[in-house]
Amino acid sequence: MYQGIRISGFGGQGVISAGVLLAQAGMMEGREVSFFPAYGAEMRGGTANCSVVVASDEVSTPIVSDPDTAIVLNEPSLAKFEPMVKPGGLLIVNSSLINTKAKRTDIKVLYVPCNEVAGELGNAKVMNMVALGAFAATTGAMSVDAIAGALPKVYKKLKPEVIDLNIKALRRGAQFKAG
Amino acid sequence: MADKKLMKGNEALAEGALRAGCRFFAGYPITPQNEVPEYMSWRLPQVGGAFVQAESEVSAINMIYGAAATGVRCMTSSSSPGISLKQEGISYCAGADLPLLIGNVMRGGPGLGNIAGAQGDYWQATRGGGHGDYRVFVMAPNGVNEMANFPNKCFEVAYKYRIPSMILADGIIGQMMEPVEFNTPEVDTKSLKEPDWALGISKGRGKRIVKSYDLREGYLEKMVLARVERYKQIEQNEVLYEERQLEDADIAIVAYGTSARVASAAIKIAREKGVRAGLFRPITLWPFPKVRLAELSKRVKKFVAVEMSLGQLVEDVQLSINGKAEVYLHAKPGASVITAEEVAKTLEKIAKKEAKEYAAVK
Repeated sequence: MYQGIRISGFGGQGVISAGVLLAQAGMMEGREVSFFPAYGAEMRGGTANCSVVVASDEVSTPIVSDPDTAIVLNEPSLAKFEPMVKPGGLLIVNSSLINTKAKRTDIKVLYVPCNEVAGELGNAKVMNMVALGAFAATTGAMSVDAIAGALPKVYKKLKPEVIDLNIKALRRGAQFKAG
Repeated sequence: MADKKLMKGNEALAEGALRAGCRFFAGYPITPQNEVPEYMSWRLPQVGGAFVQAESEVSAINMIYGAAATGVRCMTSSSSPGISLKQEGISYCAGADLPLLIGNVMRGGPGLGNIAGAQGDYWQATRGGGHGDYRVFVMAPNGVNEMANFPNKCFEVAYKYRIPSMILADGIIGQMMEPVEFNTPEVDTKSLKEPDWALGISKGRGKRIVKSYDLREGYLEKMVLARVERYKQIEQNEVLYEERQLEDADIAIVAYGTSARVASAAIKIAREKGVRAGLFRPITLWPFPKVRLAELSKRVKKFVAVEMSLGQLVEDVQLSINGKAEVYLHAKPGASVITAEEVAKTLEKIAKKEAKEYAAVK
């Protein structure tokens, strides 16, 4: 089993947090994992991205150049990462902020209105969790429960009610499972 | 499983050094190693240690010269251009026989280069970037777990032989997160014996001097030769390496750090295509595992150095093998990423004898 993931969006959308969370969840499920952030001249409001690998064998390179799954949370990320997805792979598009449709026909494309869903739950900040829920449900690379279980390990200072809200967002996102 | 912790390479290096007894750190910020001083700045005070953000890399290395002279386990870290600035100090530390730890999280060079991971400081680390006849004990971690666990070995060797030690990582290993398991118990600094050369309050004992010079005629030679004897012991006792799938190999990749990870994946691809390849990974870069490589060259007839630099590691491979086998080079300088697929292609070409362009000697 090997799943290479790329997550990308505006700084502040929780791109890095989501990546660390996936790696932690994968580790807790007994997988080999790695997380690698883009650490160039990133700035507030600019685009941030990270690579996550979850695998049954040891991870060779942590930089995912042909992802099995790309999660794109803003418009520039769609343009950058859509061409990189492996044929047959998955592209999760945050349709709340991205109006453009994906062009590829050899990959699975899943449109999830992450911001709207997070807004309905009462906090726009959990939009990244909506995307992760959709990812877990669609790929089966890890369970929603594993990601939920990783939350308090990664974010030790989060209040229980905030953790609960994140878990709600994960479960809501999981309903966007692609066929 | 329960003991595993997801950590960033730079933080693992800092925590590993601290657990190995490091109680003083001086450094100056530079990407991609900034998490090392950041981590030390809050963590060292928790264990009664001290952190100083120095005004420059030059100050930082000289601050740990001073700290090491008192027998305190201490560390500085930087990335390539900053390590260049420290070279004078490293030469002085080597000349004064001071045990200490230097972290180099390599980035693209030369000059200011870029901030991506690279391996262009191999020569600087293994040949000594400073002046004079000296060596530094150099370990090359291949991931976050080794970042966490190598500082312990570095301090052990540094103190046993009175030599500066270095952990030579790169931006990828520094920035990535992986599961970490600390495999040695935390060093109790109170249980460490004060070295018989350490400066401090003399309390009636004879005076001690830590210095890197002796101007009396013939004395410097003696001092240097005594040090070289210790270097010989290190070459005898402290060589570390890893071998994978070499039992039936026709081709051996020689690679360290990030390149060795990519090499492992390349070997898997190449073997699926019928090329019997294996990996030889030097863990200590100095002392280089030259004796073992020479032994292997009796059986394996093709070696290929895979490195994120323009043919530096390959020279140690050539020196070790000394013409007994063919030596090739797959080099990618300037902080560009090597992929497993391209290395696998090189292996296939070498296997089919179509790899003149990769020959180390053309």
